[in-house]
Amino acid sequence: MKINRIIKTIFMSDFISALFLAIKTIFKSKKTINYPFEKGKLSPRFRGEHALRRYPNGEERCIACKLCEAVCPAQAITIESEARDDGSRKTTRYDIDMLKCIYCGLCEESCPVDAIVQGPNFEFATETREELYYNKQKLLENGDKWENALAENIKSDSAFR
Amino acid sequence: MTYISIFFTEIYKIFFLLIPVLVSIALIVWLDRKIWASVQSRKGPNVVGPFGLFQTLADALKYIFKEIIIPSSANKIIFILAPVITLTLSLVAWAVIPFSEQMVLSDINVGILYLFAASSLSVYGIIMGGWASNSKYPFLGAIRSAAQMISYEVSIGIIIINVLLCVGSLNLNKIVLAQENVWFVFPLFPMFVIFFISSLAETNRPPFDLPEAESELVAGYQTEYSGMMYAMFWLGEYANILLLCALGSILFLGGWLSPIDIYPFNILPGVFWMIFKILFLFILFSLVKTIVPRYRFDQLMRLGWKIFLPLSLTWVVLTASFLFFTGTLPSTG
Repeated sequence: MKINRIIKTIFMSDFISALFLAIKTIFKSKKTINYPFEKGKLSPRFRGEHALRRYPNGEERCIACKLCEAVCPAQAITIESEARDDGSRKTTRYDIDMLKCIYCGLCEESCPVDAIVQGPNFEFATETREELYYNKQKLLENGDKWENALAENIKSDSAFR
Repeated sequence: MTYISIFFTEIYKIFFLLIPVLVSIALIVWLDRKIWASVQSRKGPNVVGPFGLFQTLADALKYIFKEIIIPSSANKIIFILAPVITLTLSLVAWAVIPFSEQMVLSDINVGILYLFAASSLSVYGIIMGGWASNSKYPFLGAIRSAAQMISYEVSIGIIIINVLLCVGSLNLNKIVLAQENVWFVFPLFPMFVIFFISSLAETNRPPFDLPEAESELVAGYQTEYSGMMYAMFWLGEYANILLLCALGSILFLGGWLSPIDIYPFNILPGVFWMIFKILFLFILFSLVKTIVPRYRFDQLMRLGWKIFLPLSLTWVVLTASFLFFTGTLPSTG
C-alpha cells in the first residue's frame, strides 16, 4: 500500500494521467456559448420578466382577484381595483416592484385566468432603480410584446399542470 | 556625437530583441488563457481580433487608461519603483539568450551566471512591492514569495551545475553546442523534471502560486497596485515565465539545434527550433496550471528543501563521478 504510493509519487503517475486528460479535453467541443450572439435553450417554465396578458379580443385577462398580491412572499405586487360601467371588475393599478420580486412564480401559479405570467425574457437590466418599478401599462406592453412566446409556453406546458 | 553613433551601431539592436519579446508576451498570455479555457471546456477570449488574438492588447489599453491609486500609507518611491524593477529585470535577462548561433544580443562567456543573477534579482521587485504597500496582504505575499523563490533557486542553481559539469563552459552558445549528439534531457531526465517544477515555483505559477493565492491573500503583493503598475507586474511575470522556458530549452532541449540533423529538419533556421521549444515548454507550463491544486506552504517548503535539494545534490555527485571515472570530463575553456 505504502510502497505503491511512493512509486506513484516518484513517477508522478496521477499527474501524468491528469495531463493527458487535460490534453484530451482541449480537443473536445466547448460547453460555453457566445452569449449575446448565441443563446441557450429556455424551458417553457422559465420564470423571467412579468407580463399581463390579454384575451384575443384585446380585453385584459386580469379580474383583480388579488390572489397574486396575497400569495406574493416578497409582497412585491400592489393592486387596486374598481367596478367598470359594464359591471366587470378590473384593476386600476397593478404595480410590481421588480427589485423586491424573488421570481418564485407563485403569482403565475395562483392566477385563475393566466393573466399574470412570467415570460422568457431575462434581459431587462436598467440603469436606474425607478425603471424597475413596473406599473400596469408596462406589464400590459410586455404582454403584447411577448404574447406569441407566452402562449406557446403555456400551451406546451399545459399537459403537465 | 559619439552617443548618436553608439545608438546607431549598437543600441538599436535592443529593439530587435525587445519588441519581439514584448509582442510574444502578449501572444503567450492569450495562449495561456485559451489553453486554460479549453481544458475547462470554455471558449476563452475570442472576440477581439481573429480568434481573440488582440485580447491582451485590449487589456493593456484598459490598464493604461485606468487610474493609478497609491495608498496614503505607502512608501511612494519604492512603491512606484517595484513594478519597474520587476519588468526591467525580466527583460534584461533576454540579452544573453541565443536564438541561433549568431542571433544573440551579447554572447558573453558567463551567460548562464548572468541569466541566473538576473532571474534571482526579480524577487526584489516583489519584496519591494509588498513592503512598500504597507498593508497586510501584500506584506504576507511578499514574505511568502521571498521564501519560496530563494528555496527553489537553490535547487535550480544545483541543476545548472549538473549541466555545466557536462559542458565545461558558462557560455550559453557552448551549452547548446555541447548537446549536438544528445540533448541533456535524456541523460539528465530527473534533473529536467526538477528544473521544470522549480521553475514553476520560481515564477509563482500554480501549483506554487502562494504569493498571490487569491483565496488567502487577495492578490498577494499586487493587492494595492492598479492600472499600468499592475500591468507591469503582470508583464514581468510572463516575461519571467518565457525566460525560464527559454532557459529550460537551452539547458535541456538543445536550444536552437534541430532534433535530428537530417535534411528536412536542418534547413529550418535555428530560431524556429528555439521558438518551437520555448512554446512547447510554455504549453506544458499552462497545462500544469489547469490540472493542479495549490500546495500548502509547508508542503512547498518540504518539497524544496527536503526532496529537490538532496536529490539534485546527489545527482551532481553522480554526474561528476560518472564523468570523472569514465574520463569524459570536458575540458574547461
